[in-house]
Amino acid sequence: MGEAIAFYTLAALILGFGVMVITARNTVHSVLFLVANFLFVAALYVLLGAQFLAVIQVIVYAGGIVVLYLFVVMLVNLKRPPEAHRDRRRKSGLGLAISLVVLAEIVAIAAFAVVQPAHLTGPKAALPPEAANNVEQVGWLLYTQYLVPFEVASMLLLVAMVGAIVLARREL
Amino acid sequence: MTPITPAHYVVLSAALFTIGVIGVMVRRNVIVILMSIELILNAVNINLIAFSRQLGDAVGQVFAIFVICVAAAEAAVGLGILLAFYRNKETVNIDEMSLMRW
Repeated sequence: MGEAIAFYTLAALILGFGVMVITARNTVHSVLFLVANFLFVAALYVLLGAQFLAVIQVIVYAGGIVVLYLFVVMLVNLKRPPEAHRDRRRKSGLGLAISLVVLAEIVAIAAFAVVQPAHLTGPKAALPPEAANNVEQVGWLLYTQYLVPFEVASMLLLVAMVGAIVLARREL
Repeated sequence: MTPITPAHYVVLSAALFTIGVIGVMVRRNVIVILMSIELILNAVNINLIAFSRQLGDAVGQVFAIFVICVAAAEAAVGLGILLAFYRNKETVNIDEMSLMRW
């Protein structure tokens, strides 16, 4: 009962702020709605028992990525509103229709999965002898079974960092 | 009131994903489009963690960490490209970014 109330409240807040992100006229307001959205998604992770992911979500998304977005919004001080120029060939209605087709496709897949439920019992990963809490489980998996993807992810971040610095240099 | 099943989380995730797709398709401000992509990646993460709890297996959370990592890299490079473009063209409107379109 408590979980249901928490879920429906968080779902309404997440979807409401998501809609506000894409409908706000002012880009700064859009970024601030995005922060709220990320924070409520983090609360949803806590509800799902993934406390470590919730902390990562708050630190990386709400703390890091959003600050990056705010910096860019401030650097790009627009002399005219960004949506002023309108391409005559642009078909926003068609884009909306394609988005709704995507939604219909996802719903169809979900309905099919309800009709024919798949049995999701793959081989369990090796857990530490006494896997106590969430952080211990995630850390164990990340540093044993998924060590190589972890290193690849670190290389990806390094390349992205170098690429961002090169792209943002004055003389490109 | 029915108990909350993974289907509820999948529906929430689908709705958030669709909001992100609508943002990418309809908006013309590139910064808003990049934020819509972040919404899409968040929807994916909700799915991964919901199934991680249903299966009692923390692997889904590990993959969610990788998704967050890729999202951070994407944001950094995407905003770098946007800054470089803005310096040349003085615009962030995607309708005016048609240099490489046929």
